[in-house]
Amino acid sequence: MVAYLVRRLAYGFLTVLGVLLLLFVLFFTVTEPEDIARKALGERVPPEAIAQWIVNHGYDKPAVLNTEHAVTDVKRYSDTLLFEHYRRMLTFDFGRSDADDAPISGRLLAGIGPSLGLTVPLFTLGLLVGLALALFVAFFRETYIDRSVLVLCMLAMSVAALLYIIGGQYLVGLLLKWFPISGYDPDPSVVARFLALPVLIGVLTGFGGDVRFYRTIFLEETGRDYVRTARAKGAGDMRVMVRHVLRNALIPVLTNIVMAIPFLFTGVLLLESFFGIPGLGAVTVEAIQGNDFSTLRTMVYIGALLFITGQILTDVSYTLADPRIRLK
Amino acid sequence: MHWISNLIVVLLVMGGAGLAQRLRHNRLWRHAAAELWARRRISIVVLGLFVLVALLDSVAWISSGDDSGDRVAASQPRSVIDRVFVPESFVETSYSAPFAEKGFYEDTALKHPGQHVLGTDILGNDVLYRTLKGVRVALLIGGLTSLIVIPIALFFGVSAGYFGGRIDDVVFFVMTVLASIPSLLLLIALIIVLGTGTLQVCIALGVTGWVSFCRISRGETLKLREADFVQAARALGTPERRIITKHILPNLAHLVVITFALLFTGLVLSETVLSYLGIGLDNSWGQMIDQARNELSRTPIIWWNIAGASTALFVLVLSVNLIADAVRDILDPRTLRERQ
Repeated sequence: MVAYLVRRLAYGFLTVLGVLLLLFVLFFTVTEPEDIARKALGERVPPEAIAQWIVNHGYDKPAVLNTEHAVTDVKRYSDTLLFEHYRRMLTFDFGRSDADDAPISGRLLAGIGPSLGLTVPLFTLGLLVGLALALFVAFFRETYIDRSVLVLCMLAMSVAALLYIIGGQYLVGLLLKWFPISGYDPDPSVVARFLALPVLIGVLTGFGGDVRFYRTIFLEETGRDYVRTARAKGAGDMRVMVRHVLRNALIPVLTNIVMAIPFLFTGVLLLESFFGIPGLGAVTVEAIQGNDFSTLRTMVYIGALLFITGQILTDVSYTLADPRIRLK
Repeated sequence: MHWISNLIVVLLVMGGAGLAQRLRHNRLWRHAAAELWARRRISIVVLGLFVLVALLDSVAWISSGDDSGDRVAASQPRSVIDRVFVPESFVETSYSAPFAEKGFYEDTALKHPGQHVLGTDILGNDVLYRTLKGVRVALLIGGLTSLIVIPIALFFGVSAGYFGGRIDDVVFFVMTVLASIPSLLLLIALIIVLGTGTLQVCIALGVTGWVSFCRISRGETLKLREADFVQAARALGTPERRIITKHILPNLAHLVVITFALLFTGLVLSETVLSYLGIGLDNSWGQMIDQARNELSRTPIIWWNIAGASTALFVLVLSVNLIADAVRDILDPRTLRERQ
C-alpha cells in the first residue's frame, strides 16, 4: 500500500513536470516575449518601451541555454526562462500579472472562497441528483418512466451550457425575479441568494450525461449474480438498490466524479463570469480577455494541479472502496 | 482559396460514397445500417439536411456577369447559399421581427417586407441566412477536427496498446499530461497562443480532443492483443502490420463511429463557450448566441436572433446524439442477442 502510494505520487509529480513543460513550450517558445509585451502595451509603442517591459517582467533571459555563462557554470542552465518557469511554478511563486502588475497569488487567494462557494454545492447537489435519479430509473428500467427520463436526459445533453445560463438568467432572474441576476456578496446572510441560481443552472447542465452514465453502470450491476442472491434472501427492492447495487457501482462512479472535476472548473468559468462571482473562473476569463499571459499560465497550472491531486485521491479511494484492488 | 474548399467538397463526397460502397459489401455493416435507418429515420434525414446545407455553402465560385451590380461582391467567390440569399441586397437597416412588414424600432417600411422568415439582426442581416451560414462552421469544427483527430489517436492508441513497452510508456505519459489539464483551459491556452483562425481553433480542439479516444483505443487494443484470434494469427506467422490492419482495426471500428459522434457534439458545443470568451470562429452559432444574449433584456424582447442559432445548434447536436445512441446499441455485441 505504501509502495503503491509512493509510486503514484511520483508519477503524479512527473505529470506536473510534463504539464509545466507543455506550458513552457506554449507560453515561452510559441509566443515570443515580444508578442506578450506588444499585447500588454499595445501596437504603437517604441521598441525601447517593449524592451523595458520584457526586462521588468523577467522575460529577458534566454529560453533554455544561457550561453553568457561558461559551460561548467550551473548558471548556464539555471539562469534561463525554462529553469525560472519551473522554479517559480513549483514553489508557487507566481509573480505579477502581465496586464496590470498585480500579484497573481493575491488574486488566486481572493478567488478561492467564492469559487469553492459555488463548486462545492454544485458538485454535491449534482452528484446527489444524478445518483438518485439514475437509481430511480434503473429501478424502473425498461418502463415508460425510464424511457421518458432517458429522452429528457438526451434533450438536456443537447443544449449548450451557454444557453442554460442565458435562459436561466432570463427566466428566473428577469421574469420571475426569484434571485438576483448577478453579483456577489460574501456576507453569509445573503450569499446563498447569489449562489442559488448559478448552482441550479450548473446542476441542470450536467445532469443529462451523468444520469445516463450512472444508469448504464447500475444496469450492469443489476444483472449480476449477487443481486439475485440478495433478492433470494428476501432483501427488499430499496435495500437491493441502495445497499448492494449502489455500493458495487461505486468504482466507475468514482472515476466519473474525478473526470467531472475539470468539467466543473470549466463550467464554473462560464457561470462565474456570467453571474459576476469573483472566483477563479472569473479571473481566468478576465485574463483571456485582457491577454494576461502570466495569469492564464498560472490558472492552467492550478487547474492541472487540482486535477492531478484529484486523480491521486481517486486512485487511493479505489483501494478503500474495493478490497480486491487493496490486495494487489 | 475557394477552389480548395470546392476540392474538399468533392473529396468528401467521393470519400463518403467510396466508404458506403465498401461497407455495402459487408453483411454486418449493411444490417447495422438498415437497422439504424429503421430506428432513427428522422435524425438521419435532419443530419443529411445539415450536411447538404454545409456542402452547398462550401461550393463557391466567382461569376463574371453578376446581376447584383455590386463590384466588390462580384469579385468575391460566393457559395450557393450566398447566391440564394444575395446577402448584399437582402439587408435591412436594423432589427425586424420574423415576417414583419416594418422595422422593429423605427416605423419605416422594410425593403423586403414579409420575406425575413427569422427576422433580421441589429445590422439588418437576415437571421435565417446567418443561421444557415453557421451550419458550415459547425460541421467544419466538429467534422474536420474529428477527421484529423481520429486517425492520429487511433495510430498512437493502437501502437501503444499493441507494442507496449517504451512506446506505450511515452504515449501514456503524453496522454496523462494532456488529460491533466482541464480541457477548456488547455483549449483556451492553445487558442490564445496560436491565434483564432479556423485552422488554429481546429488544431487546438484536436490537441484537446484526441486524448480520450487514444485512451479508449489503447485499452481496447490491449484486450484484443490477448484475444484468441490474434494469438492464432500470430502463431500462423502473420506479419505484425497485417495483424493490426486485419484483426485489430476492424474490431475498433464501432468505437471509432461512436467516438466520432461524441467528439462531434462535444466540439460543436464547446465552440459556443469559445465564442462567449471571444475566441470562437466567425459566423458560428456561438457567436450569434453571444451577440444576441443581451437582446433578451430589451423590451420588447428580441428573441428570434438567439432562437435561430440555438435551435439549429440544438437540433444538430440532438440528432447526432440520437444517432450515436442507436449506433452504440446496434454495434454493441452485448445487446445483439437481446434484439434477435
